[in-house]
Amino acid sequence: MYALNGVTKTYTKHGGTVAAVRDASLSIADGEWVAIQGRTGSGKTTLLQLLGAMLRPDHGVVGFGGRDLARLSETELTQVRAAEIGFVFQTFNLIPTLSAAENVEAALVPQRVPPADMQTRAALALDSVGLADRAHHLPSELSGGQQQRVGIARALVKQPKVLLADEPTGNLDVDTRDEIMSLLETLWRERGLTLVLVTHDSDVAGRAQRVAAMKDGRVSIALAPEEQ
Amino acid sequence: MTGKSLPAPQGSRAAAPGRRAGHRPARSGHGRWQGRPRFFFVFLYRELRRRQRQALLIGFGLGLGVGLVMVVSAASAGVAAAQAVALRSLYGISTGLTVTEPARHPGALQDPDALLTGGLAPLRSAMTASVSRLPHVASAAGGLQLTELKPSASGLWTNITVDGTDVARPRLGPLAAGTIVSGREFTPTDGAIDVAVIDANYAIESKLRVNSPVVVARTRFKVIGIVRQAQGAGSADVYIPLGAAQRLGRSPGGERLSHQVNVIYVAADSVTHVADVQQEISRLIPSATITSSNDLARAVTGGLQGAASLIGNLGTWVAAAALIAAFALASLLTIAAVTLRTREFGTLKALGWTTSRIIGQITGESAAIGVTGAAIGVAAGFAGTALITLLAPELSASIPQDNGSGKTATIAVRLAAHGTPAITATAALLAISGALLAGALGAWRAARLQPSDAFSRIS
Repeated sequence: MYALNGVTKTYTKHGGTVAAVRDASLSIADGEWVAIQGRTGSGKTTLLQLLGAMLRPDHGVVGFGGRDLARLSETELTQVRAAEIGFVFQTFNLIPTLSAAENVEAALVPQRVPPADMQTRAALALDSVGLADRAHHLPSELSGGQQQRVGIARALVKQPKVLLADEPTGNLDVDTRDEIMSLLETLWRERGLTLVLVTHDSDVAGRAQRVAAMKDGRVSIALAPEEQ
Repeated sequence: MTGKSLPAPQGSRAAAPGRRAGHRPARSGHGRWQGRPRFFFVFLYRELRRRQRQALLIGFGLGLGVGLVMVVSAASAGVAAAQAVALRSLYGISTGLTVTEPARHPGALQDPDALLTGGLAPLRSAMTASVSRLPHVASAAGGLQLTELKPSASGLWTNITVDGTDVARPRLGPLAAGTIVSGREFTPTDGAIDVAVIDANYAIESKLRVNSPVVVARTRFKVIGIVRQAQGAGSADVYIPLGAAQRLGRSPGGERLSHQVNVIYVAADSVTHVADVQQEISRLIPSATITSSNDLARAVTGGLQGAASLIGNLGTWVAAAALIAAFALASLLTIAAVTLRTREFGTLKALGWTTSRIIGQITGESAAIGVTGAAIGVAAGFAGTALITLLAPELSASIPQDNGSGKTATIAVRLAAHGTPAITATAALLAISGALLAGALGAWRAARLQPSDAFSRIS
C-alpha cells in the first residue's frame, strides 16, 4: 500500500529549520497494521500527515497504491483524502454543532452521495461502532469514548482502503482505551483495512503487526512486536 | 458490539438503524432538509445557532448601519420633496425654467400710475415661440412682470406688482401656483378685454371683490377672480392679460412694450431634460438668465435649507461612519470565528472537503447574517423614517422673488421622510454586501488553512 523512500520534511520555526522527518524509508503492505511509536516531537504525526496526503515531503517518494503522493496536484490529493484514506484524531475533531450522524455524513459530502444514501450509510456506520441510539446526539452529549467511536465511524463510512489514527486513545482512560482498540482491531480484521496508528503507548503499539519506532525524525526500526 | 455490519456500499437501500422502532426521533432536524444542498443548510443553520449572539451582533451592527443610511436617504428624499413642494408653491412648475434678461439701465423712472418693467430687460414676444420649438420643451409662455407706484389706503406711496399673463396658458407661470378662491381664472377669450385676477391679500387690503373695478395705469379692469397664493408667495398683486400689459407697460426708458415680454416661462417635457433645455435656451439667447428649479432650490434659505445641510453633511457622515464601523465589526468577528474554527476546517479538509466548498459554507453563513442585517436595517430604517415624519417640525423655505421687486417669499413646509423601494433595496443590498465582504475575508483566511490544521490546538 505504502512505499516511502528517502522522505524528508522540514519546517521553518523561529527563523531556523527543523527536520520533522529525515530520510525516512518504510513499506506498509495492503491490510497490514503498523504502529508508529515514539516520543513527543519525534516526528510521528508529521509522518502520519505525509501518509495521509495532508503534507508533501521536501524530498523523497511517498508511494501510495502505485502513485507518488508528492507529485499529485492539490485536487488529486483532496480526492485521495476524500475517497481512500480515513482519519481518526486524538482529540476526536467532531464538529460541535453537528449531531453524531451528521458528523459521519460530513465525510460523505465530498463524494456527492445522495442525501438518502448518506443518511443510510451514516446510520449503518454508527451502528457498526455501537452508537445507533446516539445518532442524533451532539458531541457534547457523548462521552470521550463515544466521541471517538463517532470519529471512527466517520473515518470508515466512506469505505477507505487505509485508516490512519493519530493517538486515538490518547485522551481516553485505560478501560475506554482498551474498548476502542478492540473496536479498531475488529474493524481492521473485518474490513481488511491497512491500519497505521501513531502512539506513544507501548500497550497500544503492542497490538500492531509491526512497530515503526521514530526518534528525531528518523524511522529507526520496523519490527513485528514479537521480534522486539 | 461490533458484530453489526459496516457501512453498506453506495446506493444501498438498507434500512437505517436510526429509523427503526424504539430509536430516538430526529431532534436535530434530520429529514427536514432534503435534496443535494441539505447538508449545506443543516451545517449553516447549526453554526449560526451556535454563534447566535455573534451573528445577531453582526446583524444588528449591519442593520444599524444600513438603517441609518436608509433614514438619511429617506430624509434627503423628503427634503427634496419639500423643496419641490416649496418651488411648486412659489413658482408653479417643478420641471420649469424661467428666462429673463437683466435690464442694462434699470431706470429711475418712478412716475405715479406708470406701469414699468423694473429690473428686467424686454425680450421680443417672438422669442417665446422660438423657445417653444426647442427640443424637449413641452410649452413656453411669455409674461410681463411690472410694477406701479400707487398711493396705498394709508396714504403712503407703495409699489404694486402687476403680472401680464398669457391667458392661453394660465397654468404656466406664477398663477399656476395659486388657487382661485373666488370667481374664475383667465380663459383664452379674456385676451381682448380688460379683466384682472387679483391676489387674495391685495383684495383684502384694497377691499376688492369679484366684479369690483381695479385700476392699473389709469385703466379700469374688472376683477374676474381672486387667487390665493401659497403663504407669502404672491409674485404679483394684480394679474392682467399679457396684451393689456404690453399696451399699458413702459420700459425704464419710457418706450412702449408692444410685442415684448420680460420673462419667458418654459416647461421641459421631463425633469431629466431640464438641463438640456437650459443649454438650448442659452444658445438661443446668450445674454439671458435662465433659472431652473435646481437653481431655485439652491436659492432656498430658512429652516428647510438648514435641514438639507444637516442631512447632507452630518447625516451622510454619521451614516457612512456607522456603515464602515458595521462592516469592520462584521469582518473582524468573521475572521475571529474562522480562526477559532481552524481545527474544524482543517478536519473538513482532511476529510476531503475542497477549499471552495468550505468557502461556500462560510459565504453562506455570512449571507444569512447579511439577510438578517438587511431585515433589521430595513425595519430600523422604516422606524427611523416614520419617527422623522412624526417628530419633524414645520420648516420654513424662503426664496427670493425674481420679478425685480426684491421681495422674499416664505412658505412653511412639512418635512416627511420618504422611504422608497429603491432606498429599501439599496439598504438591503448594502447589508448583504457588507456581510459578504466580511465572509470573503473569513473565506480568505479559511482558504489558507491546510488539512494538517486538523491537528491544530485551536478549537
